Amino acid sequence: MLKEELTIIIKELLPDAVIEEAGEWLNISLESNEFKQAALQLRNFNQMPFDFLFCLTCVDWKTHFTMVYHLRSKKTNDNIVIKVKLNRETPQIDTVSDIWRTAEFHEREVFDLFGIIFLQHPDLRRLFLTDDWVGYPLRKDYDDPINMIKL
Amino acid sequence: MVTTENNTNQEFPGQIHETTGGGIVLSKLDDVINWARSNSLWPLTFATSCCGIEMMAVASAKYDFSRFGFEVARATPRQADVIIIAGTIVNKMAPVLKRLYDQMADPKYVIAMGACAISGGPFFYNTYSVVKGADHVIPVDVYIPGCPPRPEALLHALISLQDKIKMGMTREQIKQSV
Repeated sequence: MLKEELTIIIKELLPDAVIEEAGEWLNISLESNEFKQAALQLRNFNQMPFDFLFCLTCVDWKTHFTMVYHLRSKKTNDNIVIKVKLNRETPQIDTVSDIWRTAEFHEREVFDLFGIIFLQHPDLRRLFLTDDWVGYPLRKDYDDPINMIKL
Repeated sequence: MVTTENNTNQEFPGQIHETTGGGIVLSKLDDVINWARSNSLWPLTFATSCCGIEMMAVASAKYDFSRFGFEVARATPRQADVIIIAGTIVNKMAPVLKRLYDQMADPKYVIAMGACAISGGPFFYNTYSVVKGADHVIPVDVYIPGCPPRPEALLHALISLQDKIKMGMTREQIKQSV
């Protein structure tokens, strides 16, 4: 499906979303408080259910975080990207692990490496790092004087 | 006559004295043992990243390190003589590598394959998780630079290791002689 057509469909479903067509895939920016509802709507969208979450990650922009969700509809093979801005002081967002089960581990990874809190996550534990790890290594301001050699 | 001076040859170390009806081979037992060891080095199946693909290529038909006595890759350290560190060693992997090395039976040898195993390579700067050189964890006999090294480079490293073994010296002795 053309991005223009997809934009019209998504715009109808999510009137509050800000949609960009510039990238490879359609970018949909959402506020964190309306994110969970929108995610549910996309998952249960009859015309093209976005039933496959194929990437979940986070970006540290130093001033804020952006959660990035890549979704695919197996019915129409269309991809979309959802971006949600989070503030740096209290990075919290609703979990989507109840919508897409795969998110359970992905969110644990992001929690481990970025320190994002996923509200209502069933099992928010560390995934990779040791239990006594201090700090969040993928944050831009992370510093580890023992293991890291700065360029 | 076969000399032991030129270590790159694959011949049996010793001198043959022709006698009627045959001959006598004179040799040192140490030389014979080292000759035997160097020509039957079984590597451990150990690869942590992309260098492992290159190592598999060297093990397979086109390059085939079996030709030089690296006959079969063993999946258990207890049957392996040489560990080829093919890939990045991260902090979480370091104790595993140490344990594998400890489980290998003496004499055991280590080859650090590629930039990551030598120094951390592309992960030297600004990484919290990578060991900056596998020799921080276990002693290394032969280093191969490259990212990843060519199969020929790995073969060269394997033959260099054989040369080292045929010299019959310990790691410390070799270090002092250089």
